[in-house]
Amino acid sequence: MIKVRSIKRTSVLLSLFTLIMFGFGYALVPLYDVFCEVTGLNGKTGRIYNEEAKQLITDNQRLVTIHFDSNINGNLAWKLKADQKFLKVNPGKFYSVTYTVENMINEEIVGQAIPSVSPQIASLYLKKSECFCFRNQVLKPGEQKKLTVRFELDRDLPKGVESLTLSYTFFKAVKDNKKIS
Amino acid sequence: MYLVFSLIMFFIGGSMAMIIRAELFQPGLQFVDPQFYNSMVTVHALVMIFGAVMPAGVGLANWMIPIMIGAPDMALPRMNNMSFWIMPFAFALLLSTLFMDGGGPAGGWTMYPPLVLQTGKAFPFLIFAVHFLGISSIMGAINIIATVFNMRAPGMTLMRMPLFVWTWVITAFLLIASLPVLAGAVTMLLTDKYFGTSFFSAAGGGDPVLFQHIFWFFGHPEVYILALPAFGIISQIIPTFARKPLFGYASMVYATASIAILSFFVWAHHMFTVGLPINGELFFMYATMLIAVPTGVKVFNWIATMWKGAMTFEAPMLFALAFVVLFTIGGFSGLMLGITPVDFQYHDTYFVVAHFHYVLLTGAIFALMASAYYWLPKWTGNMYDEKLGKIHFWASAISANVLFFPQHFLGLAGMPRRIPDYSVQFADFNMISSLGGFAYGISQLLFVYIVVKCVLGGKKATGQVWDGARGLEWTLSSPPPYHSFSKPPKVTKALMEY
Repeated sequence: MIKVRSIKRTSVLLSLFTLIMFGFGYALVPLYDVFCEVTGLNGKTGRIYNEEAKQLITDNQRLVTIHFDSNINGNLAWKLKADQKFLKVNPGKFYSVTYTVENMINEEIVGQAIPSVSPQIASLYLKKSECFCFRNQVLKPGEQKKLTVRFELDRDLPKGVESLTLSYTFFKAVKDNKKIS
Repeated sequence: MYLVFSLIMFFIGGSMAMIIRAELFQPGLQFVDPQFYNSMVTVHALVMIFGAVMPAGVGLANWMIPIMIGAPDMALPRMNNMSFWIMPFAFALLLSTLFMDGGGPAGGWTMYPPLVLQTGKAFPFLIFAVHFLGISSIMGAINIIATVFNMRAPGMTLMRMPLFVWTWVITAFLLIASLPVLAGAVTMLLTDKYFGTSFFSAAGGGDPVLFQHIFWFFGHPEVYILALPAFGIISQIIPTFARKPLFGYASMVYATASIAILSFFVWAHHMFTVGLPINGELFFMYATMLIAVPTGVKVFNWIATMWKGAMTFEAPMLFALAFVVLFTIGGFSGLMLGITPVDFQYHDTYFVVAHFHYVLLTGAIFALMASAYYWLPKWTGNMYDEKLGKIHFWASAISANVLFFPQHFLGLAGMPRRIPDYSVQFADFNMISSLGGFAYGISQLLFVYIVVKCVLGGKKATGQVWDGARGLEWTLSSPPPYHSFSKPPKVTKALMEY
């Protein structure tokens, strides 16, 4: 009466399903990255490359305020300061701003800056052609450095956005960097 | 075995809750240091969820499902054995962390990075304990599904199965679908900490919020893993003592299934405040509200079952009734939390604590207590002491409300959770709540006494036990023989209905 064959079949199928769901947990990671990249949801900024940059037209009618913010993650003995608190910009035009970073201790440290834009809806419209966050930064003991960001604000920036904040946080660099924009 | 183990865990987790309430009895720090307090909060949650409620549910399933569907035993007895014996080891791992350097895990049972990555030596123990518990539950779930799908007695069609069996089948599917995802998430934590991966570390291009998404993709189904078996228990007990068949059997099955399916689409309502886009907030808010519909169907069916029934109020029925009322209160506060703008105020306050304790303590635990009284005569062959059972019920029901009801007010007034100290305006309600907590803790000792007394002896129970009870398990003697239904019974429609 007891159907040993079909019991085995059911258990094997269910075990397979378990493995699939385990894999699905991992699959959520790239899915999430893609989702965020497309929607700009986690505040990561956009990029702009030379070809595109040449065709920019400035919108002189509109003035948007960008605030610059800087943070240091807990375990990094650096100081980071934006050299200007804010800037009023015309969409479609390139601007450069600088940050000053200083290593406070007697040790060479590699750091990595992570950008974030608020409100998130604006993040993909802030397009950078050059940024110190594109690569690791090395600071010698006590060294002070000027770091540059070059960006433009896209003309398609939604109408309601009057001001936005660009924030950088420096972390101690980890070995296995994923692509950072 | 499962049931005894989960009762032990219930008391270990309970004593942690006592420490928490003792600390919160008065403002200021009295008994424990904040780090230890936080580890109590964390381990209390893990022990209660994975050690008390889940094994109790699996234990009931292992005992009752074979005799409810007319099978001699579970389909995979050896797997059953393994899945049980993993648990003591897993909890030995978890509880041993409390005595390690750096203390036990203190970042909350939700294990959010980056905080959880700061756990000391306890961290790998925490992760592996979660892995083992996950494996154990998944094996239990596979066993249940294999049993129900392959070993039903002739005539026991799917739509004639007792509702407890139905809810467990659905719960088992939830377990199999959601626990591996948790296993993946904690494995990512492990590799983040020790092998330099950057799943959740912002410095390496990961995102800590991603963990919350993965965790709650498991976490919300987990809520129903704890609650659905309780629904099943209640759906067995109420018809028995109302002496009427369950109202709307088919709608109960479909409601359970739709709750289970919906539970995979509402995870982000635990994280309204992480900065979701407005469309996301709205979607998860509406999806959350939607779950109230099948849950409401269930509550109305229970009430309709009692309508014009010839009710008697023995201990299991009392617990079942309290379940219906108090679980509904927990459901309502859940609805309040599900409203996005309101949640921004309630998030991480004692309102949330009150909500999930109404759902889990006066919900899941009350249902388990009800099931214990309901089936104890069947298991032991002896009637339990009805008078003591009633005293236990009233003591539990009153003290649980004294314990958790004030926490609603505390939360609305802004008292945050997981903090050992609070400002003085919260003092009165906290004292009331602590007193309720101690009373609840003490009244559970009575339960142990009742169970022991019942096991040792008492008035002999008949096979039928309750005169309104229907279903295969009541056709057996009390206690049932080790291998019941070696010859499969013939199940007719009339046997399953009143």
